[in-house]
Amino acid sequence: MSQAGGEGAAYAVEAHGVAKRFGRITALHHVDLDVPRGGVTALFGHNGAGKTTFLRIAAGLMRPTSGSLRVAGLDARKEQAAIRGHLGVVSHELFLYGDLTALENLRFYGRLYRVADLEARCAEVLTRVDLIHRANSRARHFSRGMAQRLAIARAFLHRPDILLLDEPYTGLDQRAVATLNELIEGFREAHHTVLLTTHDHHLGFTMATDIAILRRGEVIHHTPAAALSRTEFDALYEASLQ
Amino acid sequence: MVFLHQLFTIFMKDLRLEWRTREAMSAMLLFALLVLVIFNFAFNPDRELVLLIGPGILWVAFTFAGVLGLNRAFAAEQENGCLAGVLLTPMDRGAIYLGKWLANLLFTLVAEAILLPFFVLFFNLELTHEIPLLLLVCLLGTIGFTAVGTLLAAISANTRLREVMLPVLLFPIIVPVIVGAVESTGLILNQQTEGLAGFIRMLALYDVIFLVTSTLLFDFVLEE
Repeated sequence: MSQAGGEGAAYAVEAHGVAKRFGRITALHHVDLDVPRGGVTALFGHNGAGKTTFLRIAAGLMRPTSGSLRVAGLDARKEQAAIRGHLGVVSHELFLYGDLTALENLRFYGRLYRVADLEARCAEVLTRVDLIHRANSRARHFSRGMAQRLAIARAFLHRPDILLLDEPYTGLDQRAVATLNELIEGFREAHHTVLLTTHDHHLGFTMATDIAILRRGEVIHHTPAAALSRTEFDALYEASLQ
Repeated sequence: MVFLHQLFTIFMKDLRLEWRTREAMSAMLLFALLVLVIFNFAFNPDRELVLLIGPGILWVAFTFAGVLGLNRAFAAEQENGCLAGVLLTPMDRGAIYLGKWLANLLFTLVAEAILLPFFVLFFNLELTHEIPLLLLVCLLGTIGFTAVGTLLAAISANTRLREVMLPVLLFPIIVPVIVGAVESTGLILNQQTEGLAGFIRMLALYDVIFLVTSTLLFDFVLEE
């Protein structure tokens, strides 16, 4: 899989004046956000603040109404296909075909991502999420927790260097939480980038190296996590809900 | 080469899913057979009437069955947000369209191949020399309505009333294909060749126009 274009950029995601409107509803007013490469940036905000919309725009699933966006150093308007090769996405949607087996799901996505040594890589990620013994079972027959672990395996199958996580802990069982935490830790150690949205401000603050708070479609705070004490962060977060 | 590999991957995935579930094929076949049976009982046609209304009945069965298959094509993609999962990969969106269209085309052609002998049997037709031409018209007509249908199925998949929305959007657009296919089939069944070449050319032209425009438009259709 090609990683060209992203290695030299200082920021994994650079959003300037990004706005998104759905008819008369404005989901994002004006988002300026630079996500540093090699860290974990947590995007906080209340329901409807625009977190998921911003993540979907960063993932290339939506086009911004206005503003400029660079992901992995590439222009999101012109180089969308190349950007997608850099991204791994985990959301509340599993992106899995219920009537394909775990292995077939991974093979399918692996071919679309043009993963080298696909069979070995599928076995490796299935082992990592502890599903190798169920490789030939249909995803439909998996418990919710197992399906979520398979979705995590799908997200890092193609060795992305930017991970976008949309409320990744929602509904996860303990084993899936552990798998996801291992994945995030591995990303940090490899100096890859994680951008996650979460309602859980305690967990988010613990994991994050950078913190951004969205309110009504605008970033109202963006700071390194080390610059804030827990109390200061809690105060900022509570204020964003007002 | 990459484009063809991606297209083939989507096509094979749809084939595998259909082989596992047989949802689209069984629904298409059952529905189209019922259409043929109902028309047969409703008109109880003699040979003269069959040659007059038979082509229309055949294409009503084909297109209605095709719509059922097209609706299924994107229903599987909606489950678990699979279409979004595919859109997250660095593949060409045109390859998604063409892969899904090829799968729809194959399912519809297989259904038609099974239905055609039943049509001949129910309406007491004798076909020998006409078969190659009839198959050509079936192929061209099916390419036309599945080309547009695949694009519109992607649009209607995101709507609440997708089962209703697809035929409402599709049928007005495929009128030229249906007219061309019905007229061609009528000429073939009546063993007339005058005017047939013109209809076949019209079907082929329609196929090319809609395949090209649908491939180009698919990226915009997927925009939220």
